[in-house]
Amino acid sequence: MEAITVENITKSYDKVLALDDVSFTVEKGELFGLIGPDGAGKSTLFRILTTLLLADKGGGKVAGHPIVDEYKEIRKKVGYMPGQFSLYQDLSIEENLSFFATIFGTTVAENYDLIKDIYVQIEPFKKRLAGKLSGGMKQKLALCCALVHKPEVLFLDEPTTGVDSVSRVEFWDMLKTLKEKGIAILVSTPYMDEATLCDRIALIQNGKILKVDSPQQMISDFKKPLFAIKSNDTYKLLNYLREQKFTESALPFGESLHLITNESYEVAQLNKHLKYAGFLDLTTTRIQPTIEDIFLDVSKPIS
Amino acid sequence: MSTPFAIEVDKLTKRFGDFTAVDAITFKVKKGEIFGFLGANGAGKTTAIKMLIGLSKPSSGLGKVAGFDVNKETENIKLNIGYMSQKFSLYDDLTVSENIRFYGGIYGLSSKQIKEKISEILEELNLLEVANSLVKSLPLGWKQRLAFAISMVHSPDIVFLDEPTGGVDPRVRRQFWETIYQVAEKGRTVFVTTHYMDEAEYCDRVSIMVAGKIEALDTPDNLKQQFNATSMDEVFLKLARQ
Repeated sequence: MEAITVENITKSYDKVLALDDVSFTVEKGELFGLIGPDGAGKSTLFRILTTLLLADKGGGKVAGHPIVDEYKEIRKKVGYMPGQFSLYQDLSIEENLSFFATIFGTTVAENYDLIKDIYVQIEPFKKRLAGKLSGGMKQKLALCCALVHKPEVLFLDEPTTGVDSVSRVEFWDMLKTLKEKGIAILVSTPYMDEATLCDRIALIQNGKILKVDSPQQMISDFKKPLFAIKSNDTYKLLNYLREQKFTESALPFGESLHLITNESYEVAQLNKHLKYAGFLDLTTTRIQPTIEDIFLDVSKPIS
Repeated sequence: MSTPFAIEVDKLTKRFGDFTAVDAITFKVKKGEIFGFLGANGAGKTTAIKMLIGLSKPSSGLGKVAGFDVNKETENIKLNIGYMSQKFSLYDDLTVSENIRFYGGIYGLSSKQIKEKISEILEELNLLEVANSLVKSLPLGWKQRLAFAISMVHSPDIVFLDEPTGGVDPRVRRQFWETIYQVAEKGRTVFVTTHYMDEAEYCDRVSIMVAGKIEALDTPDNLKQQFNATSMDEVFLKLARQ
């Protein structure tokens, strides 16, 4: 059964088209990632699906209920962690949690199983005001508050933005556990490396969905010749490659650059060519794409 | 004053009550270097940066930034560095030109200098067409490059970038780094923090803070060798999980 269906949703703010005919579905118990940069329309979509904003066109269902006609039902069945920290700063950890439980007509004790693993990490500080917590602790508290009424569908809008890579790994481990308990999760992130932790992902840019699939499928569907080249002068090599006819794209990727050529070459062929052009000591490898390679390939250049 | 270093700190420390947020950090950043300042949330990065840019007084330790003493000459430091934070420091309801003029004024440039700066920045960033548009109408990538240019409106020798690329489109993120390279090539020092580990690889040298201390400092290649890791991400995870 589908936990979320999104059908042709379009939304504009004045002249800006925030969402442009967006459609996809999220299955029950699925961890679905919405992957795209700031301004892609991710938060707008979250607000429409959590019944906080009306779409101009299109519709959808969440936990089996149409998003406009049965919005009250949806609100009881979803958990939502917005991008901005929106708990009560002047209430303590335990006060925030019991506040949210009460609002949803339940108690912390009733659904404690669900939040236990996360809550024990912040419990030693339960008397501390939410406003005085570190980023990582705020994130854990917000997740507990979004879970305390045992939602069927969980919406997490950029839960890991600005969080260091160690805490991000821990957060994704928590999501995996929740998913195994049958909760459908729609999570957005601007970090492309988190995409592979999702069951399926949608790549989104400028309000448009570019691609929907499992990360593994996206990677195996990518047929263009892609090379990682490590050089001691990446910048010079980039500029050289961008002027070559065989180059479709050349972009820096950490310690190496990634080159897509418009026809297939052997590594030895490429190396020979580059050596001839004066680039020595290169390490060239034919590689599989990362999700970031795929995003860059299907997204439009922004001038 | 003619030292080869843009930043030199020696046992710089900041305590809040009995909590030591920054614990005797010692390092030097060369002029024209791109220096990556990494660390987990809560490791003390922000506190350290605040001392470097003259916003917070060290509890102990010595340091010089852009040639000025972090203990005694904080006002001079502020005048001689650029700073760009992740949250855009531009005024949304001023136009592009007005923002440049405003910051030029803040830094005490003459009106002639401000005029020159406005045309220089507009031309360099290809923003002539939108010179009179409100900043809020610009795409994020443009705003970010404008904020970067404005942080250098007073031609500082060193510029601090605090998570300049958070949430930015991957293509724009790369363009931004090319701009950083160009700036460094002209001899300006770039001190940058980021949570993107691939960006750590773009730095000349990188330091990693763990629990208030600098636990590692070297070129990305040497760090990977030292920690027997294939990527900076792995180096970071190994250190931060100790």
